[in-house]
Amino acid sequence: MKTVKIDARGMHYTPLNQKIRNAVADGAEEIILDNVLGQRFIGDGLRGNVRIIVNGVPGGDLGMFMSGPTCIVHGNAEHAPGNTMDKGMLVIHGSAGDAVAHSMRGGKVFIKNNIGYRGGIHMKQYEVEARPILVVGGTAHSFLGEYMAGGLVLVLGIGKDKAMTDRGIGSGIHGGEIIIRGEVDDFLLGGGAKKFKFTESDLERIAPIIKSFCEQFGYDAAEFLDTNYTKIGPVSSRPFASKYVWE
Amino acid sequence: MTLGSVPPKFKVSIDRDQCMDCGRCIENCSYGVYRREGDKILIESRKCTGCLRCVAMCPRDAITLTEKPIDYRSHPLWTREVREDIIKQARSGKIILSGMGNARDLPVVYDHLLLDACQVTNPSIDPLREPMELRTYIGKKPSKLKFRKTESGDVELETKLAPNLKLNTPIMIGHMSFGAISLNSQLSMAKAVTELGTYMGTGEGGLHEALYPYQDHMIVQVASGRFGVNIDYLERGAAIEIKIGQGAKPGIGGHLPGEKVSEEVSKARMIPIGSDAISPAPHHDIYSIEDLVQLIRSLKEATEWKKPVFVKIAAVHNVAPIAAGIARSSADAVVIDGFRGGTGAAPKVFRDNVGIPIEVAISSVDQKLREQGVRNEISIIASGGIRSSADLAKSIALGADAVNIGTAALVALGCRVCGNCYRNLCPWGIATQRPELVSRLDPERGAVQVSNLIKGWTDELSELMGAAGINSIESLRGNRDRLRGYMLDEKMLNILDVLPAGV
Repeated sequence: MKTVKIDARGMHYTPLNQKIRNAVADGAEEIILDNVLGQRFIGDGLRGNVRIIVNGVPGGDLGMFMSGPTCIVHGNAEHAPGNTMDKGMLVIHGSAGDAVAHSMRGGKVFIKNNIGYRGGIHMKQYEVEARPILVVGGTAHSFLGEYMAGGLVLVLGIGKDKAMTDRGIGSGIHGGEIIIRGEVDDFLLGGGAKKFKFTESDLERIAPIIKSFCEQFGYDAAEFLDTNYTKIGPVSSRPFASKYVWE
Repeated sequence: MTLGSVPPKFKVSIDRDQCMDCGRCIENCSYGVYRREGDKILIESRKCTGCLRCVAMCPRDAITLTEKPIDYRSHPLWTREVREDIIKQARSGKIILSGMGNARDLPVVYDHLLLDACQVTNPSIDPLREPMELRTYIGKKPSKLKFRKTESGDVELETKLAPNLKLNTPIMIGHMSFGAISLNSQLSMAKAVTELGTYMGTGEGGLHEALYPYQDHMIVQVASGRFGVNIDYLERGAAIEIKIGQGAKPGIGGHLPGEKVSEEVSKARMIPIGSDAISPAPHHDIYSIEDLVQLIRSLKEATEWKKPVFVKIAAVHNVAPIAAGIARSSADAVVIDGFRGGTGAAPKVFRDNVGIPIEVAISSVDQKLREQGVRNEISIIASGGIRSSADLAKSIALGADAVNIGTAALVALGCRVCGNCYRNLCPWGIATQRPELVSRLDPERGAVQVSNLIKGWTDELSELMGAAGINSIESLRGNRDRLRGYMLDEKMLNILDVLPAGV
């Protein structure tokens, strides 16, 4: 495997991304970025199958518009990792800020610990191949899966009494599903969101995702393979259909 | 229901002596006004929207249309419109949805601005004889240029220039999405702007592959729904526009109803067929001006700093400081959309009441940017109710670099401004996705019409400039000395920074 190492210490994001692009163009299969400290837009608009290892804390919009690569972060991430991401995977060995996976259209974002507000907001899907998945090991703040139009958000609540304690879950949701470990209090649901029974067939569907998440972070998947989840989806796929009368 | 029906908006009649019974009115009316019963064409006036398709297609001029055939008792406050809106809401309890731009009879500032011309003391210029420079570059300009002398003695530019769009005429076509309008409408306009050397916007509807041949003349839009946005789309566009707001409905998002999400629309937007496409009111990754900077830079970074990025805002009360904030971000141009801007669908209360006139917004933004010493670094694109080359010339004299037209381009395609765009029944094949209606618009002929309009305005602009003794668009830009206000109050004149007529 061709590996390229880049020392990002003190480097601005534009030359850093240029080095990444050049390495990909040169056929690098793995790129290791050392000493990353707050550089935004790492992997922004990047195509291909390269694997990027980030040692440090990347800045906002990690993997934005990314289409293919895998990016593994040994540290926390900032605002909106996976923003409008198309394909590929982000694995964060830590926590992340607000608007994680904002408007994401495909690929996977795995966060080991917690995320901020508006996680998975306006995620959408198109046909079978473009179905975004956000998995959060810990918990999430308010407005998780707000305006969601497709895809899957999964919150496991590892190390928490309750996986979710913040409000506004799925407010304005009109597609996709939010699956949360354990019970979710009714008052935490946003307008337009509704609880559904989590069934064996749901478990069968998400089991490969749980296994893949656990594999990344060294958890025992067996602990999570039961039906102790709450599924949240839209009351209606047309929330605005009857709001208007013609002039 | 105790409300009964309201009087029909239009009365349609056929002059039976003229009528040759060809049935074109029946075929052409998508609203179902006409039907044949036995050997007679019957009329249901109540269904008429005033789109004038039947009138345009009748070979004998046999159709007459009267607006408001029955009127209410006249009243200056309780107008017909007010009364009917109340009745509609009493019936439904819903928000009133409207199409096209602001329909209120408010004074138009453009109509109170007059242009200048030369007489005796300085000669006017004949554009037939003298070259008129209309070429406009949209994008970031350096605040200063640095040069270096090469060994051979030549001078080389050291400053790295930001990418700019080169316009042969300061008229572009604004963002109207595939979904809101048909592919044939977009194709017509794309062919026209490519031929003319100017640009059009995609709107927030993705870029259909049929438009790829014209992508070098298309500005791709990134709005709050991020529909159709991926790296491929961003790379195809000549420039990228972040849509924050729209003049017809400032402060709110939008949604394309599932009925309009046909197979082709679904492909371009990358959403399932028949699903509602909902754009939230804000961009949820922009909650501050710093976040806007981050989105601009993320787009530039994704496209390796090769594309100019514009930011479009609705003209609202604080437009000048907002635009100043945008000018200090990495944006290359600010697009300001006035309160008369059109739309496929907007709540009527927004369309008719929210925002400020574009004339005022151009002037205050231009002044604010000059005050702050950054006007030369960023371009201003004005839109929202530009109806003619006179509005264009006045916009530039107030400080715009270029204008975006929308409704005017649609009128060039056949639109009669009936304002029923949200019904998906546009008989002109413009604001509809129904294949049988879309096919009425031939993109080749449509392109000629749009191109003719822009050519006509461009020639008129040259003539107006020549008459004022100006031979370059730069000399008209922000040149308020060539404007006078007519019947405008002092405060308004101050805001426009224009002298009254006679001074």
